[in-house]
Amino acid sequence: MIVRILGEGQWDVAEDRLDELNRLDAEVEAAVEKGDQVTFSNALNALLNDVRTAGSPLPDDALQDSDLILPPADATIEEVRELLEDDGLIPG
Amino acid sequence: MSLMQRISLIFRSKANKALDRAEDPRETLDYSYQRQIELLSKVRRGVADVATSRKRVELQVAQLEQQAQKLTDQAQKALSMGREDLAREALTRKSGLTGQISDLRAQQAQLQGEEEKLTLASQRLQAKVEAFRTKKETIKATYTAAEAQTRINEAFSGISEEMGDVGMAVQRAEDKTAQMQARAGAIDELIASGALDDATAIGHGDDIARELDAMSSGSEVENELAALKARTNGAQGAVEGGNGAATPALEAEPQKEEGQA
Repeated sequence: MIVRILGEGQWDVAEDRLDELNRLDAEVEAAVEKGDQVTFSNALNALLNDVRTAGSPLPDDALQDSDLILPPADATIEEVRELLEDDGLIPG
Repeated sequence: MSLMQRISLIFRSKANKALDRAEDPRETLDYSYQRQIELLSKVRRGVADVATSRKRVELQVAQLEQQAQKLTDQAQKALSMGREDLAREALTRKSGLTGQISDLRAQQAQLQGEEEKLTLASQRLQAKVEAFRTKKETIKATYTAAEAQTRINEAFSGISEEMGDVGMAVQRAEDKTAQMQARAGAIDELIASGALDDATAIGHGDDIARELDAMSSGSEVENELAALKARTNGAQGAVEGGNGAATPALEAEPQKEEGQA
């Protein structure tokens, strides 16, 4: 499956990593709900690191939709909440 | 649904909404390409803007470092003339500057990081725009309007998502840079006002000077003063023998002394 880390690019990650990604994602989600920025940053970076190390980067000229899209590494909880709103960060 | 799935769904739907649909699908390809080119030049401007901000901060660091060195020299001279009060004031001011300098260094590193990220984003976008253009030309040459419809989604996959991503990256970099610009402006004003100039400005205690004093750490100043004293005592003979003339700045000082006590 193709995973995009916003601001960084896309990776091709083997399907069997999905369970692990879901586990890390649950931690990110819990931190967002608690509103705890430090826990959130740590959990998000663990998730992103897993994508970067388990996946192989797509070439720059690849034109493929991603199956999963993840927030940028330095995102704040506030920015993630905006990503979950129907109108927000993405201009145009 | 997991957090990442929700983010993905919403992001994609926004990216797709941003697409201008034309009656002739082949025109939709051209519209999109036009917008890709515009976005590409926007990212490149973004890179240049961030670089300008970074250079401005670098220049400020250099200016403040020069200032800090000047204050150290003044403290040294003050001590050699037995003016410990003046030396302490110079070192207090320097201590305020040191805080500003490390703050600016952190900003400089952050701007450098943004610059690198945007540069990579512009390279990725450029490669994708080029790939899209090839695909678009093939579709236009090969298919009639009716047939092209089914090929459109194929051509758009990936590029609209990339455009959403890059658009967001430029926006974030602009926001961060704007915050730093405001602070850089304040520091430029400080430098221009002469508030950082030299220890002989003591007594003209304006807001800025008071703030600088408040930022400085007393014990740090005392430690540096002690070190300077040790060095000055060691070199006393040489200073008095070789460079007896005081600097004009320090000579102008004595009448302010009672204000310091």
